[in-house]
Amino acid sequence: MTDSSDALASARAVADRIVKAKRLNACLTPIKELRKALVAQAPAAHPSGVLYGMPVAVKDNICTLEFTTGCGSKILEGYRSPYDATAVAKLKVAGALVAGKTNCDEFGMGSSTEHSAYGRSLHPFDKTRVPGGSSGGSAALVAAGAVPAALGSETGGSVRQPASLCGVVGIKPTYGRVSRYGLVAFGSSLDQIGVLGRSVHDAARVLSVISGRDPKDATCEDRDPLRLPTVPESLQGFVIGIPKEYFASDLDPAVRRACDRAIRLFKEQGAALRDVSLPHTAYAVATYYIIAPAEASSNLARYDGARYGPRFNGAVDVRALYRTTRGEGFGAEVRRRVLVGTYVLSSGYYDAYYRKAQQMRALIAQDFRNAFDRGVDLLFTPTTPTPAFKAGEKLNDPVAMYLSDIFTVTANLAGLPAISIPIGRIKGLPIGGQFIGQAFLEDEMLEAAYALERVVPATEEA
Amino acid sequence: MAATWETIIGLETHVQLRTASKMFCGCSAAFGAPPNTNVCPVCLGLPGALPVPNEQALKLAARAALALGGTVHSRSIFARKNYFYPDLPKGYQISQFEQPLATDGSLSYLSPDRGIATATIQRLHVEEDAGKSLHDRFPKQTAIDLNRCGVPLIEIVTGPDFRSPQEARAYLQTLKQVLEYAGISDCDMEKGSLRVDANVSIRRSGESGLGTKTEVKNINSFAYVEKALIVERDRQIALRDSGGTVAPQTLLYDSKINGVRPQRSKEESHDYRYFPDPDLPPLVLTEEFIAEQQTLLPELPAKKRERFMAQYALNVTDAAVLTADRAVADYYEAVVHAGAETKSAANWVMTEVLADSKDHGEALRVPPGALANLIGLVRGGTLSHQAAKRVFAEVAGRGGEPRNVAEALGLVQVGDTGVLAGWVTEVLAAHPAEVARYKNGETKLQPFFVGQVMKVSRGKADPKLVQRVLEEKLAS
Repeated sequence: MTDSSDALASARAVADRIVKAKRLNACLTPIKELRKALVAQAPAAHPSGVLYGMPVAVKDNICTLEFTTGCGSKILEGYRSPYDATAVAKLKVAGALVAGKTNCDEFGMGSSTEHSAYGRSLHPFDKTRVPGGSSGGSAALVAAGAVPAALGSETGGSVRQPASLCGVVGIKPTYGRVSRYGLVAFGSSLDQIGVLGRSVHDAARVLSVISGRDPKDATCEDRDPLRLPTVPESLQGFVIGIPKEYFASDLDPAVRRACDRAIRLFKEQGAALRDVSLPHTAYAVATYYIIAPAEASSNLARYDGARYGPRFNGAVDVRALYRTTRGEGFGAEVRRRVLVGTYVLSSGYYDAYYRKAQQMRALIAQDFRNAFDRGVDLLFTPTTPTPAFKAGEKLNDPVAMYLSDIFTVTANLAGLPAISIPIGRIKGLPIGGQFIGQAFLEDEMLEAAYALERVVPATEEA
Repeated sequence: MAATWETIIGLETHVQLRTASKMFCGCSAAFGAPPNTNVCPVCLGLPGALPVPNEQALKLAARAALALGGTVHSRSIFARKNYFYPDLPKGYQISQFEQPLATDGSLSYLSPDRGIATATIQRLHVEEDAGKSLHDRFPKQTAIDLNRCGVPLIEIVTGPDFRSPQEARAYLQTLKQVLEYAGISDCDMEKGSLRVDANVSIRRSGESGLGTKTEVKNINSFAYVEKALIVERDRQIALRDSGGTVAPQTLLYDSKINGVRPQRSKEESHDYRYFPDPDLPPLVLTEEFIAEQQTLLPELPAKKRERFMAQYALNVTDAAVLTADRAVADYYEAVVHAGAETKSAANWVMTEVLADSKDHGEALRVPPGALANLIGLVRGGTLSHQAAKRVFAEVAGRGGEPRNVAEALGLVQVGDTGVLAGWVTEVLAAHPAEVARYKNGETKLQPFFVGQVMKVSRGKADPKLVQRVLEEKLAS
C-alpha cells in the first residue's frame, strides 16, 4: 500500500468513527462534507510531519478554511473564515487532519454546551447528562473514541471542565504559549487554545505542535514550541502543593476521596507534599465574571449584521439592524454577559467593577507566585466540584452554572498552565484532578501528569 | 449693552502618519485605492483576527511628540474606544486613553494678535482610523469603504490656549509645518490626513473661569478652520448677548452655508467605555528607542529660522519665508554653499524660484549650483537683472549652464562704451522733445532715457554705464 492510499484509508476510518458518535451532537460538520474534506486533506498531508495522519477535531470557535466557523452561535451561522487560525495552520504543517468542527457553548460562554445554538451535546456515558463546556463537543468526541485529540479553548476552564466530566485529558497552556490568532475572541486576556486528548501524550504532542511564537499575535510569547518531556520514573524531587481553599469542608466527599487517592499516589511516587494557601481564591469567580464579560462586550460588538453573518428581518435603519441582528442572533447567555460587560465598563461603574476586578486579578496571580516562590513546583486540586450534571439542571440558574468553573478560573486569571487528568469514577461518571503549573513550565507539569496517569485507577470508583 | 467677549479655543488634531502600511496590519495605507481593496482579516475585524502594532508608526508618533517638545512615556497603553457604527468593523477603535504615548509638549507659533505665543500640547496619542461611510454614492443607501480603516493616526490635543480663530489657524499652520518638516505626515486636509476638531467657548473679558464649550467637527479644509471658528464664536456671542446660554454640544460645520448645526443625537456617543485593549500588551519604549527618534528629527522650522537670521544675516520675514518649507530651506542653503551671496540668493529664491516652483508642482527646477552661477553673473556685471530672469526661465525649462544660455540668447551685457554711445545717440535722436525738456531742467526724465536705451539694446546694455554715457551726452 502506498502512503497516500494509507492516508485515504485512515481518513475514511476517521469519518466512520465520527459517524458512530453522531448521536452525541458533538461534531457539527455535516458528515458528507466531513468525509469529503478528510479525503481531500489526507493525500496533501505532510508525511514527514510529527502528527502525520492524526485526525484532530476543532472547536467551532477556531477559524478553519475547511468547514464553517459558527462559534455555536446563530449570529455566525454559515460563516466561513478566509483564513486558518495559526494553531490550525501549524497542525496542518505537522500532517494532522482537521476532523470537523465541534459543538460548544455560544462563543465559549457556558459550561455544558447547552448554550449552543445548534443544540446541546450529550455526555458519552449518559445521554441525560451534559459533557461540560464550553468545549463539550471536543471532549465528548474524544471520550467516544472518535478522535485521539481535539482543539478546545479556555477562558475560565472550558477545556479542563469538560475533560474532567468526560474522563479525558485537557490541557490549558500558559497564556501566550499558543497563538490566539484565529481563535474567535471571548475574553482576550484569558482566552487560550487548549487540547483535549485520550491520553496525556496525545494531548501533549498536539500542544507541542500548536505552541510557539506567532508574529500575528502580539500577546503570544516569542518562544520556541514546547518540547515534550520524557515520562519520569517517579515523582522524586517534585514538591506538590495542596491549596486548602480547593478542599473546603463542603467539597463533595466522593471528589475528595478521588483526590486523596491521587495524593497518596504522589507520595508513593516520591513526591513531597505541602499544604499551601491561596487566600484570594474566594474572589476568583466574581473577578472572572466581571473581566470576562467586560472583554466579551467589546469583542462581540463586531457582530452587527453590517458586514458578515446573517441579517434578521425588520431592519429599517442601522440601529434597527443592530437591534434585530444582535437581539435575535445572540442567545440568552451571551446577551446576559454582553449586558453585564457593558455595565461594568460604563463610566461611573468602571472603577467600582472593572478596575477593582483587575486589582483582585493581580492579587490572585500573586497568591500563585507566593506559593511557587516557597518551593512548590505544582499545585494539585480537583478540576470540577462534581461529575457531569444533568442537562437542564443549571440552565436556569446562571450562578450555579458559573460555580462549576470554581476550580478552573484561577489558572486563567493568573495566566498559568493547567491540566486535568481523569482520576476516578463517581457512580460511573468520570472525575478529573488538575495540576496547575508555573508559567511556561508546561514540561514539568506534563511530567507529573504522565506519572499520575500511569498509576491512577482512572476507571475505578473513588 | 453688549459685553466684550473673549474667545477660548482648544484644538484636537488628527494626523495621519506617513507609513506604507496600516497601524495594526500589513495592508497599504495609501490614499485613493478602489473601495475595499486595501483590506485584510485584521482591518476588516473578522472573527479571530488580532492587531499587531506597526513599528514605523510608533517611531513617527514618538518623533512627532519629540518635535513638539513632549515627554514620550516609556510605557503607554492601547485602549478600546467602544461605539457602534457601520464603518467601524470591530465595534471599537484602538486608541489610547488613560496612559497616552506622550504628554506635556508645547508649540510656539506666530500669533497675528500677540506675536510669538505658545500652545500647550496636553497629550499626543496613537490610534487607528475608522472606515468611511458614503451617503451620497447610491440613492437611499449607505456604502462603506474600509480602505481607511486601520490607517495610523496621532491625535494632538492642545490646552484651551487660543484667543481667536486667527490664532487657532496660525497654530495649525505651524503644527503642519513642523510635522511636514519632520517627515511625520503629509498633512493634506483634502486627503483627510489632517483633521481638526475644535472646542470653543467664550467668557467676559477679565473673567478667569471657562465658559460652557461646544465641539465643532467636520472642518475638512484648511480654509474653513478660521471660518468655522468665527461662525461658532459669533453664534455663542449672539446667544449670550441676547440673554441665552450656550449648551454643551457637538456641532458640525457646513461649509456650503458657512454655518454650524447640532450633530443629531443619534450620531452622538455617550459613553465610549474605554478599557485597556487585552489584545495589545502595554507599549514599552526603551530609552534607546526614544533617543534614536530624537536624533532622527531634523532641525525644526523655528530653530532653522533663527539660524538663518544669524548665519545668513537675513531679516525675520525673509528667514520665515525661506524656512517655511524644508525643501526650500535646503535649496536656499545649497545655493549659498555653491557660492552665492546670501541676500541675493534669498531674493532669488523668494521670487523667481518660488514662483517657478508654484507653477510646476512644487519642483525646484534650477539646480542650486546653476542659480549660484547666475547670481554671480549678475553681480559681476555680465548680466542685467532683467536678462538674468530670462536666463533663469530658460535654465528652468530646458536646463543648461547659465553662462552658455546667456550667450546663446545674446543676453551678455554690453560694456563697450563705443557701442553704448551709438545706442544713446540713437535714442536721443528719436526723442528730441524729451531732450529739450531735460535740458530745461527736467532731470527726472533720465530713467526714461535709460529705459529706452535698454530697450534698443534688447536688455544687453549695462545700465550703470548707460547712465554715465547718457549724462555725458546730455551735458554736451
